[in-house]
Amino acid sequence: MADVTFTVNGKKLTAPAGTLLIEACRKAGIEIPAFCYYPGLSLQAACRMCLVRQEKVPKLQTACTTPVAEGQVFITDSEEIAQARKATIQLLLGNHPLDCPVCDAGGECELQDMTFKYGAGESLYADAKNHREEQQWSPAVYYDRPRCILCYRCTRMCGEGMDVWALGIQNRGVRAAITPNGRGAGGEQAWLDCEQCGMCIDVCPVGALTSGSYRYKTRPWEMNHVSTVCTHCADGCKVTLGVRQSNDGSEIIRADNRDKSGINGDFLCAKGRFGFDFVESPERLAKPLLRNAEGKLEPATWEQALRRAASKLKEVRDTRGGGAIGVIGSNHTTNEENYLLQKLARTVLGTNNIDHQRTTDYAAFAAALAGHTGKAASLREAATAPAILLVGGNPTEEHPLLAWQLRTNVRLNRARLYIANAKTIKLERQARAVQTLPEGGYAKLAAYLEEGASDFSKAVAGEESLLVIFGQEFRGADVKALVNWGLKRGNVRFAFLGDYANSRGAADMGLLPDRLPGYVPVSEPGAFAEEYPGLPGTAGRTLPEMIEAAAAGELGALLVVGANPAANRGLDRAALKNTFVIVVDILLTETAALADVVLPAASLYEKTGTLTNTFGDVQMVSKAADRAGVKPDFEILVRLAGAMGADARQLVPFGAGGMTADLGQSRGASAGEADRHAVWLAANNLEPKLSPFDPLAMLDEIERLVPGYRMDRMNLLGGNDVPTEPGLSPASSLVGAAPIVPAHNGLFTSGTLGKHCTALKNLAEHQAREMAEAVAK
Amino acid sequence: MSQETMSLFSPQLAARLDALVEKYPRRRSALVPMLLYAQDEVGYLSDAVVAEVAARIGITELEVRNVATYYSMLRFKPAGKYNVQVCTNISCMLRGGYEILERFQQELGIGPKGVTADGLFSLEEVECIGACCWAPAIQVNYDFHDELKPELVPGIVDSYRGKAQAEGGSSHA
Amino acid sequence: MPRLVSHPDEVKIVTRRFGLGAADIDRYMELGGYAAAKKCLEQGPEWVIEEMKASNLRGRGGAGFPTGMKWSFVPKQSAKPKYVLVNGDESEPGTCKDHLIFLHDPHSVIEGTIIAGLAIGAKLGFIYLRGEYRYLLQIMEKAVADAYARGFLGKKIFGSDTEFQIITQTGAGAYEVGEESALMESLEGKRGVPRIKPPFPAVVGLYGGPTVINNAETIATVPHVIAMGAAAYAAVGSPRNGGTRLFGISGHVERPGVYELPMGYNLKKMIYEVAGGVRGGRQLKAVVPGGSSTPVLLPEEIENLGMDFDQVGKAGSMLGSGGVVAIDDQTCIVEFAMRTISFYQHESCGWCIPCREGTDWLKKTLTRFHAGFGEAKDIDNIRYLAENMLGRTFCPLGDAAAMPTLGFVKKFRKEFEDHLNGKPCPFAKHVGLAVV
Ligand SMILES: Cc1cc2nc3c(=O)[nH]c(=O)nc-3n(C[C@H](O)[C@H](O)[C@H](O)COP(=O)(O)O)c2cc1C
Ligand code: SF4
Ligand code: FES
Repeated sequence: MADVTFTVNGKKLTAPAGTLLIEACRKAGIEIPAFCYYPGLSLQAACRMCLVRQEKVPKLQTACTTPVAEGQVFITDSEEIAQARKATIQLLLGNHPLDCPVCDAGGECELQDMTFKYGAGESLYADAKNHREEQQWSPAVYYDRPRCILCYRCTRMCGEGMDVWALGIQNRGVRAAITPNGRGAGGEQAWLDCEQCGMCIDVCPVGALTSGSYRYKTRPWEMNHVSTVCTHCADGCKVTLGVRQSNDGSEIIRADNRDKSGINGDFLCAKGRFGFDFVESPERLAKPLLRNAEGKLEPATWEQALRRAASKLKEVRDTRGGGAIGVIGSNHTTNEENYLLQKLARTVLGTNNIDHQRTTDYAAFAAALAGHTGKAASLREAATAPAILLVGGNPTEEHPLLAWQLRTNVRLNRARLYIANAKTIKLERQARAVQTLPEGGYAKLAAYLEEGASDFSKAVAGEESLLVIFGQEFRGADVKALVNWGLKRGNVRFAFLGDYANSRGAADMGLLPDRLPGYVPVSEPGAFAEEYPGLPGTAGRTLPEMIEAAAAGELGALLVVGANPAANRGLDRAALKNTFVIVVDILLTETAALADVVLPAASLYEKTGTLTNTFGDVQMVSKAADRAGVKPDFEILVRLAGAMGADARQLVPFGAGGMTADLGQSRGASAGEADRHAVWLAANNLEPKLSPFDPLAMLDEIERLVPGYRMDRMNLLGGNDVPTEPGLSPASSLVGAAPIVPAHNGLFTSGTLGKHCTALKNLAEHQAREMAEAVAK
Repeated sequence: MSQETMSLFSPQLAARLDALVEKYPRRRSALVPMLLYAQDEVGYLSDAVVAEVAARIGITELEVRNVATYYSMLRFKPAGKYNVQVCTNISCMLRGGYEILERFQQELGIGPKGVTADGLFSLEEVECIGACCWAPAIQVNYDFHDELKPELVPGIVDSYRGKAQAEGGSSHA
Repeated sequence: MPRLVSHPDEVKIVTRRFGLGAADIDRYMELGGYAAAKKCLEQGPEWVIEEMKASNLRGRGGAGFPTGMKWSFVPKQSAKPKYVLVNGDESEPGTCKDHLIFLHDPHSVIEGTIIAGLAIGAKLGFIYLRGEYRYLLQIMEKAVADAYARGFLGKKIFGSDTEFQIITQTGAGAYEVGEESALMESLEGKRGVPRIKPPFPAVVGLYGGPTVINNAETIATVPHVIAMGAAAYAAVGSPRNGGTRLFGISGHVERPGVYELPMGYNLKKMIYEVAGGVRGGRQLKAVVPGGSSTPVLLPEEIENLGMDFDQVGKAGSMLGSGGVVAIDDQTCIVEFAMRTISFYQHESCGWCIPCREGTDWLKKTLTRFHAGFGEAKDIDNIRYLAENMLGRTFCPLGDAAAMPTLGFVKKFRKEFEDHLNGKPCPFAKHVGLAVV
């Protein structure tokens, strides 16, 4: 739209015609107060806080609904306006319980802030306030009507934003209240049947909607707020953890989307918001364990445990060779840890027997795109691309953020979404066209699109540019066929959906028996040949092959870091009787229970590093919480290598500038401070890597050696997401199809971690129970 | 709603509602009348009524409740067979609306929002019913009675008692 | 059954057929019905709109917007269907005139709707009656069915190629639904919450199509305007206020009822002559001139007051819906104010803060005040509350509550003060307000 010029408080402003005055003013730094206005949601004009005076208009106008036009003149600040706002606050406070001292929102409340600003301190009213009992709608959501100011943000967020429509408004006048969609028998109780995302709590400007896990726990100012990345799905939402000192370190009290600056904008799902309590699980490991003479695991010191593990690994390597050792890495640990793990395997243990639980065929994706650059899409593009082809997958359940981006893009930008799927998925409600595929029809999809005979493929072909997002249904040759189709038609970018917070990073960092970091074939190691002395030149064993080898007595030692093959692959004690098993994990998992040595690790919320989401966007994770007794996997691996006699400096290029102080990136609840310090150091061309336990020391090497991982470091350290390429190596030698087993985690499940999240289990149970009741009705 | 589906409503009402949704450019326009007609037959908007109306219109039960709770003639608990609605708004108040209300309370032995033990009558104070020039006025269900005096109240009550007896039975079928 | 009244000063245009059995379509036609619609069909839309403009007919729903002008705002071309909406929600306390039109002359509403449809190029009209008017809805439904049977409604009305259909609709108890955009929401099966304006209904209305919405009396007047000619109609009233209006006179008068009087008719005469004066020989204390939302007038203010939109506006009140409520000297104004505000509190849709919370606090304060627990500062608080609602709410309901309240405290401050210090209400009669 063409720009128009108008005047606000005597100042000339310019904005595209039709911009809402409230937005135009905000951009110009003129704050107009608002309760009901929320960017991206439909207009309400209900709170009347944004009233402004427009020249030649008799009544005060709402800035939230006034589109700017040429020559208009506005006053947004005057005695008259201040009085109108003050009166509105006074009216609200008349029925408001004023229980700020105990309200969760105290200190983070827009009503408090406005009261402070417009000074409605004195009470005009002598009459009793309207009271209504607080209601619990679900384990996650509570509603306190007296605190509610009826701004309708929650109902709109739930309906327009989430496409769930679980919240309504019932009754009228002062009796009006927000109401959830579920009703217990007799209709007395109200409950929420929804995705339990907690977005309603997030947008509530006051303390009317509160979170089951956070309510009455603390005051906001008693917490440290640390921005990091969610540990659950592969979308990688930025999440702010509220942390408080506790007896054994510091505890996470709340997870939310405080500054909304991340890749996820306004969004956070139930897992991101409530799924942090696994850190407190009773199964959480706090001490190393060693299997004793009776075959029982018993607590040991770090020294004992590391020495035992190291000497066993050394013994197997020295006597039977690296080929007798297997290494299984993680989908949850950081890129630096994954990189270190494979480097340790390849250079210290002398083996290519390294793999991870593969949930997506990223290797095939990298191979298909080999030789092309600029074809991988960032998750941000899902929110802006004018046309999207979504093939397979079920983002609403498995990629909540992606689903949000797509819905928002369709709603606000009228993006055209095309869906081809063998199943019916909820996003079809936003789709321009849907093609139902036969089960297993993905293999033929590229040909079908190529043919262009159907309305669907014609519509897709008619798009000038296209973002192609495809699911885990695609493997090997199918990936190649689809990518080739897209490459041929041009102006296409791709994304491939995976399962866990760092599934993509695990593959990118070379937790693969035939591929080095960046999918460089072990047979043609290039630069790695020099950097990795003694790198074995032949492909190692895949995860199932390692398990087979162990059962056949061919594996003397198995190092498992942050993975649970016992639960996922049926690994058992009998199969491992001839194998010495070392497990590094945060929980006493089924696999850890089989181990000879168990080393307790810090969770993702307790360490620093980077993650790569399924779109290849890399983000920093920051240490938020702290737990006595545990160590980050990074430090554990360095120590393990050290105990084996390896040169830590060879493994981790730290302290090049000669400094050796530990700035504390990996320690203390105030790690955010250290992060800021790191940003400052980087900005001044100084070295932030000061100890062998500093994972960031690995970042240089990753950037240097991993194709596609040249990143904008300032941006990364500043807390933003930076895109990478999936790998650029020629497609020469892809070793046979590796087994891919998608996890298909839903809204409340998250593999092994999810099983240890009481909050998520409660939500899943709530939903199951209410569903059953609804069906019975 | 298809023919085979079981309906809560009498065949006549079901047929009427079937026609109602087809009447408008958009189905949902039938919602408010449908709720009112369903209430007329069932007596109130039970959970089952809400569910059937939602299904007939093709919206969620929550949406039905959002709308239904807005309108003051719609109720979610049974009323008496004869719901006495006494207007006490200004024009009626000036001409004795409150006296009429009081007299009904005495006569029926119930307060506002009350239902008699036999389920025959309920009593409500209501806002202006559009009979200001013939005040004070009341409605019993949809019947208007205007230019009332307290002494006319017993006669009105009796006439409805008689009506109920003639019909035999005291509650909504 | 509502009693019909009459007075020699009446000019019977709209009420011409009242009491003559005109609900029957044959009788209606005998009395000249449907000739106006046929004439409009022949003359075409521009002519109709010009006639309406020339008639000086102003909307009878309350705001008095010129009807012809309103119709002319509807775009000629529209991608979406256009609609006519007849507002028969009649819920403003003191108002019962549409009631009589539906009862005695339903076909005039149908005929007016057809004419409005022809004027703007709509094919569909809705007649929306408040839910309480069930017996009137049945009368309207029968009248509509009869009009269909005669071919006055349908695909080819009056044998022409023009289509016009009518759907009747019932509300279910909500004053706010009388507001035009809330009525559209209600008609779309939603909560009766008004819409953000602009866009105005003439551009984006029902189902997103251009819509004309008029009060039932306005619409019922239309055929008469056409029949008698715009100039003749205009001549009956006062300047810029064409024709007659149905004044519902209620409260403490000897002969309450709905009288059809020329616009500009003197209010004092209306009360003392037409309606027979104050009941029981008492003194007049105050008059609410146009339904409960219009500020009260004192006896001295009605001396020379001509009842049309402009004159009543100048006198600091509004002609509103034409519901004149006379209040005698034995009435407690505080109680009257309390009952008035209690209505608006009950009817506020709750959408915006000033109206939702403002009406609630006004009601609470006035209730306590009238019960003898008032404090001196309450009087100023009431005023402060009302002043801060005025002009700030989402729709005019907030104003409708604030304006009369301001009138009461300004004009009867002394009476408010007399309630202070535990003094009992000077008007002995204490009636606790039951919760509505
Ligand atoms: C709160 C509120 C209630 C209203 N109630 C009615 C009503 O019951 N009947 C009516 O005709 N107009 C009512 N109106 C006025 C309508 O919004 C609208 O102006 C009118 O129907 C237009 O018709 P007219 O131009 O013929 O007057 C109401 C307005 C407001 C703000
Ligand atoms: S689970 Fe996924 S979508 Fe939800 S917050 Fe975590 S990364 Fe984001
Ligand atoms: S922000 Fe404009 S009215 Fe609420």
